[in-house]
Amino acid sequence: MKKLLAVAAMVALLAGCASTPKEEPKAAVEDRTPTTAVPAPPGVSTVTPVGPKADQLPNALKDPNNILSKRSLYYDYDKYDVKDEYKPLLQAHARYLSQNRNAKMLIQGNCDERGSREYNIALGQKRADGVKKMLLLMGAQESQVESVSLGEEKPRCTDNTEACYSQNRRSDMLYGGEY
Amino acid sequence: MRFAFRSILLLLALACATAQAQLSIEITGGGANQIPIGVLRFVGEEALAQRISDIVEADLQRSGRFRMLFAGNVDPLPAEVAQVNFGDWKNRNADALVIGSVVRLADGRFEARFRLLDVPKQTQIGGVAFTLSAQQVRTTAHRIADVVYEKLTGDRGVFSTRIAYVVKQGSRYELQIADADGVGAQTALASREPIISPAWSPDGTRLAYVSFENKKPVVYVHSLVSGQRQAVANFKGSNSAPAWSTDGKQLAVVLSKDGGSQIYLIGADGSNPRRITNSGSIDTEPFFAPDGQSIYFTSDRGGNPQIYRMSASGGEAARVTFDGSYNVSPRVSSDGKTLVYLARDGGRFQLKSFDLASKQGQVLTDGQHDESPSFAPNGKMILYATQINNRGSLAAVSSDGRVKQRLSVQAADVREPAWGPFFNN
Repeated sequence: MKKLLAVAAMVALLAGCASTPKEEPKAAVEDRTPTTAVPAPPGVSTVTPVGPKADQLPNALKDPNNILSKRSLYYDYDKYDVKDEYKPLLQAHARYLSQNRNAKMLIQGNCDERGSREYNIALGQKRADGVKKMLLLMGAQESQVESVSLGEEKPRCTDNTEACYSQNRRSDMLYGGEY
Repeated sequence: MRFAFRSILLLLALACATAQAQLSIEITGGGANQIPIGVLRFVGEEALAQRISDIVEADLQRSGRFRMLFAGNVDPLPAEVAQVNFGDWKNRNADALVIGSVVRLADGRFEARFRLLDVPKQTQIGGVAFTLSAQQVRTTAHRIADVVYEKLTGDRGVFSTRIAYVVKQGSRYELQIADADGVGAQTALASREPIISPAWSPDGTRLAYVSFENKKPVVYVHSLVSGQRQAVANFKGSNSAPAWSTDGKQLAVVLSKDGGSQIYLIGADGSNPRRITNSGSIDTEPFFAPDGQSIYFTSDRGGNPQIYRMSASGGEAARVTFDGSYNVSPRVSSDGKTLVYLARDGGRFQLKSFDLASKQGQVLTDGQHDESPSFAPNGKMILYATQINNRGSLAAVSSDGRVKQRLSVQAADVREPAWGPFFNN
């Protein structure tokens, strides 16, 4: 009972109501004080993400003539297997990671924006996990690579066309300092 | 009636001109067996900033379960049962009538009384007197609409509940909370990175959601009382799809920390993660059945995504959906009888409902890209996300598919709706 009273008191406080309802069982109308379903949010929380520091990146990763500057793999609809054409790219990155044991990589899997957002998180995860698995087989270490999913939340292209969707079905490899 | 409703919308819009990105609502379609009802102006309600009767009328209209009779020309207005011209309303085939009055109290507050009348029987079937401040007009009106709705339909009204959703404007994301009619939107969280999957705690005081502010999905619990937020699942890999247990003490979440997307239970404070699926496939979108005993979820273990059910502690899963090759996002009504989910049919994504006892299914929506269904706590409406002109918008459909509403915000993308719980007072 005490607990109930405490809850009732808290609820009344939350709703910001100053009075308690009068009980008038014989009256033609019941007396009540309106309460708010949910307390108003006390204020806006604002999130300011920390920015990347890409200027400290080794030149090999930035030089457009170096294969290591290429970071994206693309997929067919609903598919997550790494296509054969990307094997040389993954081999180059695995070699770089094995030669630079302090280097860290974040693999972000992405999807086109059709269907469930949460299922697309899982699908993007499967894409990123596939890239990670291959990099580990090729010599990278578990502690160097994290695979995550952005689902359909960060599309590179936002039209409802296949040309656009195909750019969004993608895994991106980011090195420490780029994310 | 349509014009009357439009003018109510305009009034609401004007009254809330300060609130940016106001949701506005447009109703299409009508329910079967609508109850004809007249909502009369309340005697003395012009003393308030907004007319209570307008808000009550708009609430009842929006539910699709009432046929609103024009009641704007009644003069003099009755405040008591004895003053009502029942013969007139009988001739207009009214089943019910709402009358009321507002008086200013000595302390500056107001008392609003209303009576719900049965026209054929010429009797009062309900009545409440509310003491309210000048700021509680809308809250009071929603409470009155809830009483009327429950007395006449037998179902609990949801006009006093709230909804959460995400607004994207340029590169800014806001998690907002508004009244169930879309009015009074307030921002709980603003971010430059996406926010998805808001889920209300059963007591309506907290929201769980997924934020990408750390360049990957992390699950947060955000108190609407204190404004404090806490990362409750922030493991290596992705953390997503939070769902509250029915007692509000645990969350089911999807983690990829052990490889693949799998379902785990964690305490609402992030403590003690326990894995409850072990499939080697995608297992995601957990949703607790209202009895708390089982969890519905999406899995591609059978080759394509389908909905399964397992015990809330894990173990063997039984497949629930069989038609089609893409059935995801399971949600169950509060009575445990109806499953609503997202199905792909050809290139279209639409919501379907499925009677869990009879196994009968029904297509509920008619968009191309509908998603993210969320039941009203009384199970009578489903709020969801749709696309109009390549832009995200919210919509709602009655559980029988007959009444449809569209909620839109000017110049913004709205998505990820979640209908909040009943508030017990």
